[in-house]
Amino acid sequence: MTSTQTNRPIYLDHHASTPTDPRVLEAMLPYFSEHFGNPHSIQHVIGRTAAEAVERARAQVAALISADVREVVFTSGATESNNIAIKGAAWFAREHQGKDHIVTAVSEHKCVLESCARLEREGFRVTYLPVDRDCQVDLDALADAIEEKTILVSLMAAQNEVGSLAPIEAIGAITRERGVLFHTDAAQAVGKMPLDVNAANIDLMSISGHKIYGPKGVGVLYVRRRPRARLEPLFDGGGQERGIRSGTVAPALVVGIGEACAVAGEGMAEENARLSELRGRMWRRIETALPDTMLNGSLEHRLAANLNLSFPRTDGTALIEALSEDVCVSSGSACTSGAVESSYVLRAMGLSDAEAGSSLRIGLGRGTTEHEIDAAADRIIAEVVRLRATPAKGAAE
Amino acid sequence: MRNRVYLDYNATAPVRPEARAAVEAALDRVGNPSSVHGFGRAARKIVEDAREAVAAMAGASPAEVVFTSGASEANAQALKACGRSRVLVSAVEHASVLDAVPDALRIPVNSEGLVDLDALDAMLAIDKTPAVVAVMLVNNETGVVQPVAKASAVAKRHGALMLCDAVQGAGKIEIDFKSLGADMMSFSAHKLAGPQGSGALIVSDQIEIDALIQGGGQERGRRGGTENTPGIAGFGAAAEIALGRRDHARIRGLRDRMEREALARVPEARIFGAGAPRIGNTTCIAIPGRPASTQVMSLDLEGIAVSAGAACSSGKVKTSHVLDAMGVGPDWSDHAIRVSLGWATSEADIDRFLDIWTAMAKQPVAA
Repeated sequence: MTSTQTNRPIYLDHHASTPTDPRVLEAMLPYFSEHFGNPHSIQHVIGRTAAEAVERARAQVAALISADVREVVFTSGATESNNIAIKGAAWFAREHQGKDHIVTAVSEHKCVLESCARLEREGFRVTYLPVDRDCQVDLDALADAIEEKTILVSLMAAQNEVGSLAPIEAIGAITRERGVLFHTDAAQAVGKMPLDVNAANIDLMSISGHKIYGPKGVGVLYVRRRPRARLEPLFDGGGQERGIRSGTVAPALVVGIGEACAVAGEGMAEENARLSELRGRMWRRIETALPDTMLNGSLEHRLAANLNLSFPRTDGTALIEALSEDVCVSSGSACTSGAVESSYVLRAMGLSDAEAGSSLRIGLGRGTTEHEIDAAADRIIAEVVRLRATPAKGAAE
Repeated sequence: MRNRVYLDYNATAPVRPEARAAVEAALDRVGNPSSVHGFGRAARKIVEDAREAVAAMAGASPAEVVFTSGASEANAQALKACGRSRVLVSAVEHASVLDAVPDALRIPVNSEGLVDLDALDAMLAIDKTPAVVAVMLVNNETGVVQPVAKASAVAKRHGALMLCDAVQGAGKIEIDFKSLGADMMSFSAHKLAGPQGSGALIVSDQIEIDALIQGGGQERGRRGGTENTPGIAGFGAAAEIALGRRDHARIRGLRDRMEREALARVPEARIFGAGAPRIGNTTCIAIPGRPASTQVMSLDLEGIAVSAGAACSSGKVKTSHVLDAMGVGPDWSDHAIRVSLGWATSEADIDRFLDIWTAMAKQPVAA
C-alpha cells in the first residue's frame, strides 16, 4: 500500500480521510468510462447497467450493517446524511405529531451540532447531554432527557476525535422503549467494528464513503422500515432514493462505497487486532519517553485505530506544524477549514484549555506499518522535547 | 459502447478522457482538503484550481462558486436558502426547481417554450413580497434557450432575486453569469462530461445565502461536508474544456443534418421548439401515432439510447410537463422522444439512428 516508502510523510490522520482502497478504485473506474449511464434512464441498456450497479452496491452496504436493501439511501456524504436524519425527522414530527424536541450530546460532530442549531433557530428545543472524562454520556441522564415531545436522540457510535465507543445497544434499548427515534452518526464506526442496526435498535444511521477507504462525495443514510422512521427530505426534485434524496445517483461513487463496505467486512477482527497492537505500541513508546503524556479518553471503549494525546507544556498547533513534513496528524476534526482552535470535544470532557490545546489526534489505518508507528512516535517525542526546550511564545501556560 | 449509439447526453454525458484522468488522479491521493498538513493542502489545491476553472466557465469569480453534490442540491439550496418566501418558476423548469418549494408559482411559456416575460412582470407587480424567480438557461427536453438576461432585468426591476439553472447550457453554449444578470446559477458536472455526484451553485457576491447542508464550515459556510475532491477535480477539467467551446459547431452540424434528413424521410414528424433559439445538441421529435415508450424501446433493442423526456426516478414515461406547458396536446406530446448529442457522437451514429428511426416510423402502426 501507500506508505512504506521512506520519503513520504507518514499519514496518521485516517479519521479525517482514508486513502481509496485499490480494490475500491478498480471497482469504480468502469463507471467513469464504459458504464457511464444515468441509473434513472432505465429505458435503455446503458442506463440499466448503471442502475444494476447501484443496486449491487446497495446490497453490499446493507450486508455490512445487517439492513434491508430498501433501508439504504445514498447521499453525498455523512454530513448530508446527518442533516437529513436530524432535520428531516424533526420537520416530519413537528408537522405530523406536534413534537419539537431533540436530544444529542455536546461531543457530536460539528454537522450534527450545526443541524441542531439550525433547528433551534426554527423553534425546536435541543438538549445537549454532557460527557464525562471518557467522552461518554450518562445513560440515566439520557433517559431523563427524553420527554413527551422528544422526536429523536442523536448520539454518535464512535467519536471522531477520541475514538470513544458509545454503548449503542443500551442507547437503542432506551430509545425503543421510550418510542423515540435513535439516530447515530456512524461515520467513524462503520467498517471498523461490527454494527447491526437491528441488535442496536438503530432507526437512522449515517455512513461516509471516504472514512472507510471509499471515495469522497458519497455516503449512506440507513432509514429503518419497521417501525418506519419517517423523514421530510432535505430537498425534492426527481424523487430518487424513495423520495428521501433527490438528484441523479452517481453510480461510480455508489459502487465505491459498496465495495468499501464489502472490503471492510472481510477480516475486520484481524485488522482491528493489528491496529490495536500498533496503537498500543505507539502509546507505550511515547509514554515511556514522555511519562507526563495524557491519554484522552479510555483505552477500553475505543476505536482500535485511535489515539488522542495531550503533551503538557507543549503547543499542539506548533507541534502539528513542526511534524507536518513527516507525520500527518491533527489537533481534532478536520472541519472548519484549518481554523485551529482547541478542541471543543476535549474541553467538554473536562480538559483545560491548555490541555486541549496541547493535544494530537492520531488515526491509524489499513496501510499503517510497525515501522511507521515507531518512526512517527520517535518524531513526535523528538519534537515535543524540542518545543519544550524552546522558549517560544507558543508554549502553553 | 461498441455497436451502440448513445444519444441521451442530456440525461448524462460520457465522461471526457481529460475529466476522467483528473478524477482518477485525485482518487489516488489521500487527504481531506480541510486538513492543514501536506496531504490536506494538496487536496485543497485541487479544489481551488477546479473552482477557478468552473468560475471561468461561468463568467463568475471563484469566491462565488459553491461546490455541491449536483444540480438538484444546488437548485434546492438556491430556492430554499436565499431568504425569499415567494417563489416563481417557469413552467418548463427541471423537477429539482419545480419541486424545490411547495406552492411555487408557475410562469407560463409560449408555444415555442419561451418564458412569457409580460406574465412574469405582472406576477411580480401584483404582490410585493420579496421574491425569487427561476428561469433555466436551456430546457432539458427541447433545448430551447430562454431569454434569461431579459427575465433577470424584469426580476431586478421588482427587487426579486434570479436563479438560472444553467445545467443544460454548460459545455454547449457560452455562459456569462454577469451579463445574464442572475444572482444564482446552478451547474451539474455530469451533464458537461464530468463525473456524476458533483455540481455547483454560483452565488453572486452581492447576496447572502444560507447553507442547506450544515456542517463544518466548508465552502465559506455555505455547504457543509468534506469536499468531493475527485468529483470537483473532474468538474474542473470538464469546465476547462467547456470554456474552449470544443465540438460546439460540429455537434450543431450533426444535429441539424439529423433533423433535416428526419423530416425529409418522415414528413409527418414534428420537432418542438424549432421556432425558438435552440441549443445545438437537442432534438425533441414526435411521430404521430407512436407512443414514445414504444419508440424508446424499439430503439433500445437496436442499441440506440434516447429518452422520452427527462430521466425521472421511476423510469416511467409520463406526459411531459414541458410540452404540456407549450400547449402541445397529448396526441403529440406522448409521441415525442428526446435525442441529445454530445462530444463523442459521430456521423456514423447519426446515420444509424436515422436508419433505425425511419424504419420504425415507416412500420405500420399496430392496432
